Amino acid sequence: MSASIDLAIIWAFIIAFAVFVYVVMDGFDLGLGILFPLFPAKEDRNVVMNSVAPVWDGNETWLVLGGGGLMAAFPLAYAVLMPALYTPIIAMLVGLIFRGVAFEFRWRTTAQRNRWDIAFAGGSLLAALSQGIALGAILQGVHVAGRQYAGGWWDWLTPFSVLTGVSLVIGYAFLGSTWLVLKTEDRLRDRAYALSWWLLFAMLGAIGAVSLVTPLLSIHYSQRWFAWPNIIATAPVPLAVVAVTVLLLGSLAKRQDTRPFFLALALFALSYAGLGISMYPYIVPQSITIWQAASPRDSQLFLLVGVSFLIPLILAYTGWSYWVFRGKVKAGSGYH
Amino acid sequence: MFDGFDPVTLARAQFAFTMSFHIVFPAFSIGLASYLATLEALWLWTGRPVYLDLFKYWLKIFAIGFGMGVVSGIVMSYQFGTNWSVYADKTGPVIGPLMAYEVMTAFFLEAGFLGVMLFGLERVGPRLHFLATLMVAIGTLISAFWILSANSWMQTPAGYALNADGQFVPADWYKVIFNPSFPYRLVHMVLAAYLTTAFAVGGVGAYHLLRDPHQAGSRVMFSMAMWMATLVAPIQILAGDQHGLNTLAHQPVKIMAMEGHFESHPDGAPLILFGLPDQAAGRVKYAIEIPKFGSLVLEHNPDAPMKGLDTVPRQDWPPVFIPFWSFRIMVGLGFLMFGLGLFSAWERWRDRLYRSRLLHVFAMLMGPAGFIAVLAGWVTTETGRQPFTVYGLLRTEQSASPLAAPAVGSSLIAFAIVYFAVFTVGVVYMLRLMAHPPHPGEPGVPTDVPARATGITPAIGSVVQ
Repeated sequence: MSASIDLAIIWAFIIAFAVFVYVVMDGFDLGLGILFPLFPAKEDRNVVMNSVAPVWDGNETWLVLGGGGLMAAFPLAYAVLMPALYTPIIAMLVGLIFRGVAFEFRWRTTAQRNRWDIAFAGGSLLAALSQGIALGAILQGVHVAGRQYAGGWWDWLTPFSVLTGVSLVIGYAFLGSTWLVLKTEDRLRDRAYALSWWLLFAMLGAIGAVSLVTPLLSIHYSQRWFAWPNIIATAPVPLAVVAVTVLLLGSLAKRQDTRPFFLALALFALSYAGLGISMYPYIVPQSITIWQAASPRDSQLFLLVGVSFLIPLILAYTGWSYWVFRGKVKAGSGYH
Repeated sequence: MFDGFDPVTLARAQFAFTMSFHIVFPAFSIGLASYLATLEALWLWTGRPVYLDLFKYWLKIFAIGFGMGVVSGIVMSYQFGTNWSVYADKTGPVIGPLMAYEVMTAFFLEAGFLGVMLFGLERVGPRLHFLATLMVAIGTLISAFWILSANSWMQTPAGYALNADGQFVPADWYKVIFNPSFPYRLVHMVLAAYLTTAFAVGGVGAYHLLRDPHQAGSRVMFSMAMWMATLVAPIQILAGDQHGLNTLAHQPVKIMAMEGHFESHPDGAPLILFGLPDQAAGRVKYAIEIPKFGSLVLEHNPDAPMKGLDTVPRQDWPPVFIPFWSFRIMVGLGFLMFGLGLFSAWERWRDRLYRSRLLHVFAMLMGPAGFIAVLAGWVTTETGRQPFTVYGLLRTEQSASPLAAPAVGSSLIAFAIVYFAVFTVGVVYMLRLMAHPPHPGEPGVPTDVPARATGITPAIGSVVQ
């Protein structure tokens, strides 16, 4: 029995890791789409697209792993959450369709090019907003009866889920702007720096707002964060956010092209850790724990064998692909 | 708006619709990735620039098709949860790991090397680039392995047990993965993907040969495609026959529907060529049939008794009309492919492969044949296994999410609008690329230069060797 408990915790971390990698990697892709309207010049847009064209598909694959892994390791959670989040998930999928095809389609036409630029921007915004709303809907809890979702198809829509939706849009845009600081030059990089300042403050505001409201959702959250002795373990998270923010302000002021993006990732990691602290050990908050949702030991073990060597391998060749396409993207030449 | 509708029927319509759009793209990508790897290997081996031109020509088409496959595939992977949550809960412990392995061994491999394949030739050099192409091609095949294993397990479940929560749980992973119908379905589908691509490539080559029989790239692609038709179409017919016998052993009711065998035939069943199956009346109207031939084909004995749907409770009947006809469309196209393969071999023997206008017209008309056959085949096998999601064990009507009809109806309409708007445009872009013949100095996938009609863009087309 103790072994199966360990497996459920291991799998909770694996799923959390896959979702986190998705959030930050597709996060900056989607952020570029969200910022796209702010770069109206065609040559700028080409550079923005080219900075992620070779890697976006790999980034998005982590979303499929998150979904597939959830079905394999915690099928009950997958079966309850997906119908509960029906509308945001469908909206996200539609957004990802428009965003994904735009990478290829926008080169295939001169007359309608702008149409696929709109699809890219609109699809990215819709996908980001839907993901944020889904996060909020999970945090606020869903109605469960037996082994099924028991609520309506608009339960997800609350002021809180809209807040988390807008917050994630801001966060992705910030990742996107710091990515552009990393990958571009000259006028485009200047725009990206200016945007990064605004978006950093907006993101801090969003983190603050979500952090303030979440403990009000449930006594579980407030006790988790503020009850003694939990606070000893949870207090470092907001303190670290302050520290990373100081570093970010410094690196933006000194115009260090590389650091802001990685510090933005750190800010995401801390926010994500905060979410994990809030939710644990529930996978459907206040209804289903990771142990209740866990698939049998044989299923989790069978997949764990593959995960233990495939994930490092995937990270290795993904890293190689990023290495191949390293450096600044220049206008007028793509990657050539 | 959807109050009169049954939410399960709407969910089935949505799954069928999104699945049908999706399968077309991977069927093409599996074959095209292998074709691209072959072209690049031939280029590296022989150094003939025509192979590189063809590689770049088809790479642009591959990029569009692959992109559409990716985005329509993500919809599929989430739809198990959004629309078939009871199914997902019950089969997750068995099916979930298979799909997660598909993601980890196939999707990442394809996605991880796709960027280098599309944009990296100058950056990494030809040899490392070939490795990337090969990884993408292998990734598509590994993907086929896992997803067909998962689908086959739903058709012929094995190696499982049931737990107290009513979930299917793994008892023997080897039996789960290599369930009885899996090897047959895998071979049949991979060959189908290869043939689909071969006929698409052959159709494009034939189209250009009709306009200019001397065009080098069109000749090479047409010849390669016709070799595939000649050699693989007969193998596919044999593989299909074996798959059918396997279905007879494990899903006999599906065969009854495909054959239109409403009645049992104790001394030899006829082969019904055509007719109109009437589900309510329980017979095939206007049947044109060959006596005893059904038993001869399926049992290799004209007098072998064959049971009909009259031995099966009506609530377990699949809808007969659909698999009866989709099966005939698939088989008919299979024999037309076989015929084109033979005809091209004959013209090749007579040294008229690049001059026979009749052959080129035939091949051009057969360009979309593979796609239609793949769709017809999947319609046959998926409709024929109804009314179950896990064959004989979990009924479709008991697999769906607890969603009201308006939710599912709205998403169905949204998908219909988006898919027609997006994917038809994508197919038009692919056809536009195909409408131009491959030419020396063929440009690669665009990054900064918008696609021009037949413009040569040397900065991108050049290759560092």
